[in-house]
Amino acid sequence: MTTAAETTAGTAALIERLRREENRPALVGYLPVGYPTVERSVEALKTLVDHGVDIIELGVPYTDPVLDGPVIQAAAQGALDAGARVPDVFRVVAELARYAPHVPVLVMTYWNPVLKYGPDAFARDLAAAGGAGLITPDLIPDEGADWLAASEAHGLDRVFLVAPSSTTERLRLTVGATRGFVYAASLMGVTGERNQVGSRAEQLVADTRAAGAENVCVGLGVSNGTQAAEVGRFADGVIVGSALVRPLLSDGPLTDEQWAARLTDLTEVTEDLAAGVRSARATAPAGATVVPEEVP
Amino acid sequence: MTDVKLADVSGPYFGEYGGRYVPEALIAALDELETEFRKAADDPAFAAELQRLHREYTGRPSPLTEVPRFARHAGNARVFLKREDLNHTGSHKINNVLGQALLVKRMGKKRLIAETGAGQHGVATATAAALMDLECVIYMGEEDTRRQALNVARMRLLGAEVVPVKIGSRTLKDAINEALRDWVANVETTHYLLGTVTGPHPFPEMVRQFHRIIGEEAREQVLQRAGRLPDVVAACVGGGSNALGIFNAFLDDEDVELRGFEAGGEGIESGRHAARFSGGALGVLHGAKSYLLQDEDGQTLPSHSVSAGLDYPSVGPAHSWLHDLGRATYEPVTDAEAMDAFRLLCRTEGIIPAIESAHALAGALRVGQQAAADGRTGPDGEPLLLLVNLSGRGDKDVATAARWFGLLEEGAAAEELERQEGRG
Repeated sequence: MTTAAETTAGTAALIERLRREENRPALVGYLPVGYPTVERSVEALKTLVDHGVDIIELGVPYTDPVLDGPVIQAAAQGALDAGARVPDVFRVVAELARYAPHVPVLVMTYWNPVLKYGPDAFARDLAAAGGAGLITPDLIPDEGADWLAASEAHGLDRVFLVAPSSTTERLRLTVGATRGFVYAASLMGVTGERNQVGSRAEQLVADTRAAGAENVCVGLGVSNGTQAAEVGRFADGVIVGSALVRPLLSDGPLTDEQWAARLTDLTEVTEDLAAGVRSARATAPAGATVVPEEVP
Repeated sequence: MTDVKLADVSGPYFGEYGGRYVPEALIAALDELETEFRKAADDPAFAAELQRLHREYTGRPSPLTEVPRFARHAGNARVFLKREDLNHTGSHKINNVLGQALLVKRMGKKRLIAETGAGQHGVATATAAALMDLECVIYMGEEDTRRQALNVARMRLLGAEVVPVKIGSRTLKDAINEALRDWVANVETTHYLLGTVTGPHPFPEMVRQFHRIIGEEAREQVLQRAGRLPDVVAACVGGGSNALGIFNAFLDDEDVELRGFEAGGEGIESGRHAARFSGGALGVLHGAKSYLLQDEDGQTLPSHSVSAGLDYPSVGPAHSWLHDLGRATYEPVTDAEAMDAFRLLCRTEGIIPAIESAHALAGALRVGQQAAADGRTGPDGEPLLLLVNLSGRGDKDVATAARWFGLLEEGAAAEELERQEGRG
């Protein structure tokens, strides 16, 4: 059973509950809407939910994703080529909210699609669909007056990013504008899997907390359960994108059988990451398999 | 801003346009750049070094050439060309590149990256990198590396690495995306030498500053030669750096009409164009809020132009501001009109212009012919005085023009051309 409070409390309440009750970080999983098709993207998103992702980061495909590496670029372009549209975002959010009301859905979007839709209209429709808020990679709070007002009016989370290059002054500004959690970029770069998570991530999380943040999640470069455990030791959440998108990438259309195999691959990656966040602060040796808790 | 001249308005906003719509990771570098830019602006040593390079390296001041045989096709107007095509590296781009490269030296960074469309900015950047001993990587859409193969070779000769960008529309827009991704990852050692008056603050203001010399020289030269200010100043507008450079000196001369000419491509109705002020709407791309070609979901629409340098879906925020103020007007010139003007200048004056600049020439022809039809003249019945920014030379466009006009015989020469272009 899920209480109404949980469905409307956004991401902070969930992260705090996981910290308090399970002593572990949240797993935030990214997939774009509409790749390879809207229907199949919903199946993939449900796979994430079923296998241990705590918060969904739902990407809006965009023609010019300057903070994304090749894997997510390819999926975004594929989604656009397949005809994904902005209103599909609200439809998918609503479907996920029905399927798993305990899993907050944040929409990750570059700013122009929101600007074009109208920030207030976007916030209104996202809230009505049951979405938790926005992650805005190319909107800094300095430019975000419209979004601050719209998110306030519709009770949505505002996830802004901080980077290893952020000054103390900018950390304070960003933390002050944020609601939900602060997205700390583990390294200077774009999204994509890395062999090592940025060594500056831990310091950035500490600096962001010192600037007043209650919840700081780390993204960019986390590819597997071992890295998720490593990051989860000091972060309130571990954000994974490219590693989840990669199993779905294909050059052409897939048959139902081929698609089912991709979902199996996605399940494996998700379970590995889910085990990672669940072992991050446990006394059990890192890498020990922990079966994700059944969803209610 | 009652006391501030239009020519001196500073960023981050020009009216409601501009700003910094970029990842947080870049903000520290943009702040550092702005600080260095403002310090340099107050430092006579910086101005002196830049002036020396302009004079001894670029060959400034660039001449002003009156083109009477060309002008016969422009009603009764007198036409003067500001010859930025005669600058070292063949276009106005060098003005901005040298200014930014000097800033890079001051900041102690060792690596330059840049985008290029037609290749003019890439060549200018590669040149400055060679001159100042900086590592240089140029991002260029794969489609453009094919259209401008000669400039790819030129950049490589100068020691730059040229990276063909094979994603998205494979043109200037995607080259900028890749350059931004590189910059996010390498910002501590690398300067992004953005080539036009777009992008996040302080680029639109800074690049205008480095190009204002075009208009300042031209204003003085026209006054000296014609004894008065021009009636109309014409320039092509891609991102808008050459246009803003020449417009800027005349912004506060209310009687001087400022006309920008965008790429009309195959015509506005065809949908294949880069006319942001005819088909665009308020949007954000590459860090700035401005007019933008976009669909109803806010996805960037592909632009089209015979000239790679005008093939860009957005425009510098200062132009959007001047457009809304009514201080400058912007209208499209089709590929065909531009190519006709291109050939006309070749044949009447012995000057091969860049196809980008040919859009300004076509605009000047239109303005002159319209004035003749309306019986419009300069003051006291003098001929209308048109000043056109000839922003670049056309050496790089010979292959495109040869194909457009069918100048090569079927056979060996044409095949050689295809082969060279195909190599990219």
